[in-house]
Amino acid sequence: MIDTWQQIVIWAIGIAMTLTAVRVVTAQNVVHAALYLVGTLLGAASIYIMLLAEFVAWAQVLVYVGAIVVLMLFGLMLTRAPIGKTNFDNDQRLIAALCAAAVFGVTSYIMWDAFKDEKINFAREVGTTTGRVGEVIFSSYVLPFEIISVLLLAALVGAVVIARRD
Amino acid sequence: MPVTFFLILSALLFSIGIYGVLAREHAVLVLLSIELMLNAVNINLIAFSALFQEAGVSGQVFALFVIAVAAAEVGVGLAIVILIFRNRQSVNVDEMSLMKW
Repeated sequence: MIDTWQQIVIWAIGIAMTLTAVRVVTAQNVVHAALYLVGTLLGAASIYIMLLAEFVAWAQVLVYVGAIVVLMLFGLMLTRAPIGKTNFDNDQRLIAALCAAAVFGVTSYIMWDAFKDEKINFAREVGTTTGRVGEVIFSSYVLPFEIISVLLLAALVGAVVIARRD
Repeated sequence: MPVTFFLILSALLFSIGIYGVLAREHAVLVLLSIELMLNAVNINLIAFSALFQEAGVSGQVFALFVIAVAAAEVGVGLAIVILIFRNRQSVNVDEMSLMKW
């Protein structure tokens, strides 16, 4: 019974994510496209929670929905994008759709072929995984973690230098 | 729940992102499509992390690193878009052909 409900919810989230993602790349209003992206990102966050990754889910909500989408909206405002309906697609639409379909066909066939018998066991062993994520980051992955912080600092300084009015 | 559901969902989101990158003209919309592709990769990482639970949580750590790099990429990308808009009064990527041979 629980399993059936879980599957229904996961399918609903997956379908909602796909529909909002399609609207992100087809919406003719730039602000609507950015707001549809919020739907896809929140769907991804709920899938992370289902897959026992609570910390990543909340980092996703904070960083993506809270910061990146707001940054995108500021970018749209600062470039004085036409807010009303206009055409933002170029004439490569057919080739782009063919490329996307080819990539989808190849990757999904490979994934299906390699993992069709594997099932995720949702029964968690002990509590949350957040504590283990912290331990792993600050033991095995401490060097990449420090490099990421330098990268973020460099990106911060670089963005200020590039966008500054001289 | 079969793991292929999540893998194929992420492949679908990735190809939607590819379509957006190739078919959109507005530079900020291209950046939005790149975010879609990065999210597809994250779903893949988390799904494999849940599939191989006894192997630890490295998949989740890599997803966090991808999120951090995506934040840095969006910051620099939007700064470049704003600079191009200031110089050329347009953010149409098809008109940015100055460095094309």
